[in-house]
Amino acid sequence: MSGLPPYASTGQRVWYYSFRVICGVIFFFLIAPILVIIPLSFNAENFFTFTPEMLAFDPAGYSTKHYQDFFTNSDWQLALRNSLKIAPVATILSVSLGTLAAIGLSQSHVPFRRAIMAVLISPMIVPLIISATGMYFFYSNPYIPIPFYGKLELPFTLTGTYWGVVLAHAALGIPFVIITVTATLVGFDQSLTRAAANMGAGPVTTFFRVQMPLILPGVVSGGLFAFITSFDEVVVVLFVGSAGQKTLPWQMFTGLREQISPTILAVATILIAVSVALLFVLEMLRRRSERLRGLSPS
Amino acid sequence: MTEVLAADGRPLKASLNRALRRQKLRALALIAPLLIFILVSFVMPIADMLFRSVENEIVSDTLPRTVKALEGWDSSSGEAPGEAVFNALYTDMALATEYKSHTRLGSRLNYELTGVSSLFRKSGRRVKRFDTDVYADAFRDADPAYADPGQWAAWMSDDTVRAAVPVTAATYDAWAKMIVEVDNDDPAKEEPWDFVYTALYNEAVAGASLPVAVDVSGVEPVSLRDQFVEVDKDWLDIDVWQTIKIYAPKYTNGYFLNSVDLLKGPDGAEARPESERIYVVLFIRTMIMSLSIMGMCVLLGYPIAWLLANLRDRTANLLMILVLLPFWTSLLVRTSAWKVLLQQQGVINDVLVWIGLVADDGRLQLINNQTGTIIAMTHILLPFMILPLYSVMKTIPPSYLRAAKSLGATDWTAFWRVYFPQSVPGIGAGCILVFILSIGYYITPELVGGTKGVFISNRIAYHISSSLNWGLAAALGSILLAVVLLLYWVYDKIVGIDNVKLGG
Amino acid sequence: MKTTLKLMATSCLTLTASMALADGHMANEMTIVSWGGAYSNSQQKAYHEPYMENTGVNIINDESSAEAVAKLRAMNEAGNVTWDVVDVVASDAIRLCDEGLAMEIDPDTQLADGDDGSKASDDFGDLLVSECFIPQIVYSTTVGYRTDLVGDTAPTEICAIFDTDAYPGKRSLEKRPINNMEWALLCDGVAKDAVYDVLETEEGQAQAFAKLDTIKDDVIWWSAGADTPQLLADGEVVMGSTYNGRLFSLIEEQKQPVAMLWDAQVFDLDGWIIPAGLTPEREARALDYVKFATDTQRLADQSKYIAYGPARASSAPLVGKHADLGIEMAPHMPTDPNNAKNTFLYNYEWWADYRDDLDAKFQAWLSK
Repeated sequence: MSGLPPYASTGQRVWYYSFRVICGVIFFFLIAPILVIIPLSFNAENFFTFTPEMLAFDPAGYSTKHYQDFFTNSDWQLALRNSLKIAPVATILSVSLGTLAAIGLSQSHVPFRRAIMAVLISPMIVPLIISATGMYFFYSNPYIPIPFYGKLELPFTLTGTYWGVVLAHAALGIPFVIITVTATLVGFDQSLTRAAANMGAGPVTTFFRVQMPLILPGVVSGGLFAFITSFDEVVVVLFVGSAGQKTLPWQMFTGLREQISPTILAVATILIAVSVALLFVLEMLRRRSERLRGLSPS
Repeated sequence: MTEVLAADGRPLKASLNRALRRQKLRALALIAPLLIFILVSFVMPIADMLFRSVENEIVSDTLPRTVKALEGWDSSSGEAPGEAVFNALYTDMALATEYKSHTRLGSRLNYELTGVSSLFRKSGRRVKRFDTDVYADAFRDADPAYADPGQWAAWMSDDTVRAAVPVTAATYDAWAKMIVEVDNDDPAKEEPWDFVYTALYNEAVAGASLPVAVDVSGVEPVSLRDQFVEVDKDWLDIDVWQTIKIYAPKYTNGYFLNSVDLLKGPDGAEARPESERIYVVLFIRTMIMSLSIMGMCVLLGYPIAWLLANLRDRTANLLMILVLLPFWTSLLVRTSAWKVLLQQQGVINDVLVWIGLVADDGRLQLINNQTGTIIAMTHILLPFMILPLYSVMKTIPPSYLRAAKSLGATDWTAFWRVYFPQSVPGIGAGCILVFILSIGYYITPELVGGTKGVFISNRIAYHISSSLNWGLAAALGSILLAVVLLLYWVYDKIVGIDNVKLGG
Repeated sequence: MKTTLKLMATSCLTLTASMALADGHMANEMTIVSWGGAYSNSQQKAYHEPYMENTGVNIINDESSAEAVAKLRAMNEAGNVTWDVVDVVASDAIRLCDEGLAMEIDPDTQLADGDDGSKASDDFGDLLVSECFIPQIVYSTTVGYRTDLVGDTAPTEICAIFDTDAYPGKRSLEKRPINNMEWALLCDGVAKDAVYDVLETEEGQAQAFAKLDTIKDDVIWWSAGADTPQLLADGEVVMGSTYNGRLFSLIEEQKQPVAMLWDAQVFDLDGWIIPAGLTPEREARALDYVKFATDTQRLADQSKYIAYGPARASSAPLVGKHADLGIEMAPHMPTDPNNAKNTFLYNYEWWADYRDDLDAKFQAWLSK
């Protein structure tokens, strides 16, 4: 695809350009909703509607009042704070446990590897509504099953608590970490750890000084997926959380249900800006790691 | 043949085995924290939920005596049960009313038979005012000992009395337990309620020797059957009793039968009337829609993945942002945006009318139907197709295509015979991912699906949050989960679960 | 490395510590659950703010009323009820009462007397539809229409919904059998008092579905309260059912080209319940709040912010002007005599029985 050779036939030329047009249309499809969200977030009315004033580019049809609402409304601010309190902790939990397990899974002799992998990936494949209700029931009354004894009821409840939501979101984020980190480890040269051990480094030093820098891109992208999972998750938090854990998606969901207000779109626009920034960071990290590994970008 | 020894003098084989074992243990030790975490925070909740699809203790817990008495009743007799069952029902109902569990059972059974809810609610309200007070009065009038709570307590801890009037003793125990648990009172200071005297009367009539002899022959018997029928004539309805009997066991397959549009009848599964069949249609629809969404994703995702895999890295990564951006924009917001785009007075229809493709009165119906669900869900899931496809395509050396062409293949043949087969694992990975994710969605179909574009998950959500029929929700969920697990297994067989890549 | 270990250790400690603390309920705080949006806002202004000022109790708002029934049941199973007062519609209150999840209330001893000296039970009258339910507002489900899309003759009665010849275009109806079945029968010639008797029979249900069939292709079904106002604002529907307060806001506050019908409005109630199983001091505080929030003046105050009728008869004369717009609110109340000429009474007991069955049939009908 890299350029059209000078000897290409007319048919090839036509195909080459029409293929690009098709791809352009698909890219357009991908970002079309975003193209709607951004202008509507500046709507002067309280509806998701392109008003005649907006279409005529009349400044009266536009306003930043929904942005003001977001920054001044205590509900939105609480939701933002909660999202920022929940998502990073859930991410740290799933990244730390997930990376450890991914390293374990990538060793050459792991008993029951497939079964373990299936269990670890299960949060991604179980439909969310089932996970949400299951967690809801169980977190209300957590217990530990002990063989030949029965249920050991735990003396606390997790529904409606901060840690309940964090645990649930961490569980949902784990498959993404496992998948990305194991994928990075496939290309990891195990002789590097042996070399490090040979030179007297303990397993912990080896991990942090040798292995970690190399698998970092996988860990980071897994972490970002986990972060977004938590940050954009509404079904589980609606069930497991309570008012004190109201996150941004929760606020958006009740907003859409109770009172449509383009504040939701203003929030989305801000988040889009943040995502773009995050994606650039990710891209920078990737390039850096390629340099570190000595793979030059083609 | 001498044994090969390791450096420490042990046999090499044993030493190697030991090393292997250590390695395995180390691997397991690394995995263990996460495995335990997932088991506790995720797998157990799911298991706990699935259990609700068969659990049915509420009937036998609330109406234990009635359930037992009903064992002898044959529903095919065409007659409502006799006095004995109503006697048992009276005691159960009187107790359940205090625990406020009768209405809960009513709503449980109302899922199976319309009208039970109000039948139980009404009967609960009236059961304390039944005419059985004549029995209590008769006993108290005959001997004041029967009006003395302390005397009752003494009798009921005397084994000979208990052996003489076992039913009364058991009824008294249940009453005493209720007094302690609900009213926080001391049973030795409270006079037993009418239903305890009723039990005593019944045993006296049957010839049991009472703690203090009383002649009950002069007491006009009260028909509890009539009392209940007076509250509501539905107590003579065979269906009510049949439903109680069918749902008496502690475990039931009723919820599962219900989730495949069957009905648990006296002789096993029966078909539901046609006007109530929804779930099979919904399951099939969920499958077909998910397949369509998957197909759309392949169709749209393949060219994009191909383009990204064959562009220079820097360009590809920039375009990749276009793929990931919607992925990271709130699902709720994207769905609302699709509403704005797709509705009849929406952006797309406006544009089509403006360029004259459709007439103003012939605007396309793009939302609140299956089209709406497919468009919005394809958009939401497309990145899940593109990313695995892209990571597989990156591994296909472009030289293969050039080699095929230099050997005389046309562009099409080279693609179809050489490139495409190598990209199949990516298609497989993307398809299964998209399919699995899509059959579990419910918010997007709820918002844009109208009536025909909703999935089985929407019904699960409804039964969880509105109708409170958690057993049915769990059964529907279990079936859905079984389907997903089956697909997961197939996927693991065909592609291998470690081959999923998310653009890392 | 050391820092990482320290970090992990600290987070483990915090984890256990906060789990241990999770049970403790802040002493002077109560969680009140409601619907969110403009409705919660009106409660905040009319009830919460004066109550917090008077007592120093801090009120936390939870906007979970839509999931209240399910969540209360799970809380009850877990034996850990975190909500103190919950705003629900009457049918949910009946269900919660049936399930033993809400506390029974004696209006005369536990609620305030009316300003006019009437007993609470008389002041609320028929609106006390369940032993657990403390009525707050009367709202109605009614129909709004686009004034610019209905032609020269604006609709005047409910059956306009079914008249696709006179009013072509889409209409929005709620995605549940309640209200729609009743309206269908009313518009198919069934007398108002006979509706539920007819609906009880298979033939009656078939009749209602047959009537709904005539407009099935023209209906957009809504499930969130915010849907119909948005659809009307977009001109996506020519008319649609929604709550009268939403239409008030659409017409008077947002100035959209919309008007509303009061014909055959279906009255419904919304009010408080107190969850069963609270500790005595929390229960006492919840009762204290509810007593305050449902007295004559407070109920009348709420109507300054939203167009729903106060549930007490004694509040009606106190209904004043809208807080921002300054218009008289009384003519916008569903209970206003001019608006209540032809109303339809929603039968709670009946729906408690038939809801599961008719809902299954309704869903089956929808998916055909």
